[in-house]
Amino acid sequence: MQPHPTSSTTDAPSNEAISRLLSGKLLLREEFPLDEKTFQRFLEQKLIAPTASILTKAFSHQCQRCGNKKKSLFALIPCEICLSTHLYCRKCIEMGRVMACQPLYYWTGEKPVWPAHADPCTWEGALTHLQQRAADRIAEAIAGQEKELLCWAVCGAGKTEMLFPGITKALKLGRRICIATPRADVVRELLPRIRRAYQDVEVEGLYGGSENKAGSAQLILATTHQLLRYQDAFDVMVIDEIDAFPYHADPSLPFAAERAKTSASTTIYLTATPRKNHRKRINRRNLPHIFVPVRFHGHPLPVPKLNISFSLKRDLKNAILPQAFQKWTEARETKKRQLLIFVPAVSMAENLQEPLTQFFLKERTISSPDQLTAVHAADPDREEKVQQFRDKQLHILITTTILERGVTFPSVDVAVLDAGHEVFDEAALVQIAGRAGRSPDDPTGEVVFFHEGKTDAMVQAKEAIRKMNHRGGI
Amino acid sequence: MECLWCQEAIMPEVNWATLVQLSPKRSLCPGCEEEMERIHGKRCPRCSKVGSDAVCRDCSWWEERMPKETLAQNYSVFSYNARMKEMIAKWKYRGDYHLGHAFKQHVKTAFADWNFSEEAIAVPIPLSEERLQERGFNQAKMLASFLPLETEEVLTRLHGEKQSKKTREERILTENPFVLEKALHKPVVLVDDIYTTGTTLRHAGALLHALGCPAVYAFTLIRG
Ligand SMILES: [Zn+2]
Ligand SMILES: [Zn+2]
Ligand SMILES: [Zn+2]
Repeated sequence: MQPHPTSSTTDAPSNEAISRLLSGKLLLREEFPLDEKTFQRFLEQKLIAPTASILTKAFSHQCQRCGNKKKSLFALIPCEICLSTHLYCRKCIEMGRVMACQPLYYWTGEKPVWPAHADPCTWEGALTHLQQRAADRIAEAIAGQEKELLCWAVCGAGKTEMLFPGITKALKLGRRICIATPRADVVRELLPRIRRAYQDVEVEGLYGGSENKAGSAQLILATTHQLLRYQDAFDVMVIDEIDAFPYHADPSLPFAAERAKTSASTTIYLTATPRKNHRKRINRRNLPHIFVPVRFHGHPLPVPKLNISFSLKRDLKNAILPQAFQKWTEARETKKRQLLIFVPAVSMAENLQEPLTQFFLKERTISSPDQLTAVHAADPDREEKVQQFRDKQLHILITTTILERGVTFPSVDVAVLDAGHEVFDEAALVQIAGRAGRSPDDPTGEVVFFHEGKTDAMVQAKEAIRKMNHRGGI
Repeated sequence: MECLWCQEAIMPEVNWATLVQLSPKRSLCPGCEEEMERIHGKRCPRCSKVGSDAVCRDCSWWEERMPKETLAQNYSVFSYNARMKEMIAKWKYRGDYHLGHAFKQHVKTAFADWNFSEEAIAVPIPLSEERLQERGFNQAKMLASFLPLETEEVLTRLHGEKQSKKTREERILTENPFVLEKALHKPVVLVDDIYTTGTTLRHAGALLHALGCPAVYAFTLIRG
């Protein structure tokens, strides 16, 4: 294993480097970047301590790494290592198996001293007035070690930039920061931007598939899953898209995020579409929040149009393009705009590719079949296709909900086919609508929900967008 | 009851068989069950290769080089499709022991379909000690426990089981990785998770045969 990259020039890593590498983690033996001899020595010197990996209380168990308590996600293994039959956790097994006979380990040596940077921010952009107001509030919360603050910013408000003053403040105070986000795509997109903004600060990006990273930087960007390996580590925890799947659906993730914070930490939640639990807390005034109702370019959010089509589900099932959709595309104002077409299922994305290609070729929106493709979560070429769409090699992209958030394209129109499907809840529809009109050069963009009958989610999404525009004074 | 693979709840089927508890409890949901590909129809009578009921080219190749007794036949349960690859990765490499139960009922019925009537001993293909310490269990031993045969762990493995990029001929000529701890004088069914080239099984079979085993067969979960 690599010693810490900023360790001293001698061969053996310094104590400080080791403590930066190991403190704040909660790991299985095999995850420790130490040979057996060093590991044993650290144990003897009480620099590392073991802790039970699965706790059993009153007939229920809890995995101490992922928090899993669900009976069906524990199983017995007749273990040939300890020669007894005992529990292991099936929930977090993709990160290495947690077995009852093997403890988790954590660092008990001295805590690292993170550098206090005099002037770490190398970002030269400017914030709008509204962004600045939110950014100042975030920085204030961090400086004052307030427990939590929710930043409710519409899609396209420029939330990353709004974090900069707070991050800068934390770095000046010598604190450790984590920005946790639900998707690896977002870590990959954010990493270069954060590195450019903090050129002299060590920044690391952690996501599944980047597994050999030390995870020892002062500023870490990570998928929420990666937090399962941390404990008592971060003074500032930014949780991006707090309302997004899987954070709100998988109890392991809040469990891990909670444990990864230090006791005097500040947590900043970012969301464009807070869920009920947070809205309730906001209304009861027990969750401090700051609202950013306007996009950075100052234009209103595109309000979706609801477009009914009576045989929609049957048409889609038979890979026929609904009449209403054909009409809309033919009448579309700006055909030069790229088009994102959201569908509720992978199979539909695949089935519609051919008829859509034929249709748009005939309509001359595209000039060759390879200007249109379909993408979904398990697509091995997913990253490449998204990049091609960004580079405008692709003009039309059919997608499942994977592109509902996080990724930004400057100038697109958005169509949702079968918007009444259950996968399109209010938050998803607001996020999807938020893909349009992102660029100051083309801030409008059309958003159309094609449906067979209005759902509450559609109506509420439209209402929520209107309300935000209203609150933004537009 | 949740599906062992996708964690979705499995709706209990109610029919006469379940009421009188004749049909075993499902461990996978119908959707995941469907993803697994049981070998049906024509297969090579020697190695279970799917497609034709004539002895396949691989098996003719072996017959010219090894006495038939080193491995009279291999019988496999599943084809190696994408889902099976994922399941094996999780079960064997991630070490999700419990997932092996998803194969149990199939192993039992496939063994019955095989019409194997001899009184034989099941011998699981072992892992090396190093690998066993890593994984915590031997997948072949788990499979053997599903069979209606007595199991004897008479083989040990000398060195790592990672097969190098050698050609098959080179591999057969290289040293036998197994040691036989005890001679068996009854027919033996070797048990392993996957039959790919048959080399590993033939190494084990050759040893057993040389020390007096009258006939060696193999029963494997997957025909790769
Ligand atoms: Zn766990
Ligand atoms: Zn054990
Ligand atoms: Zn054959």
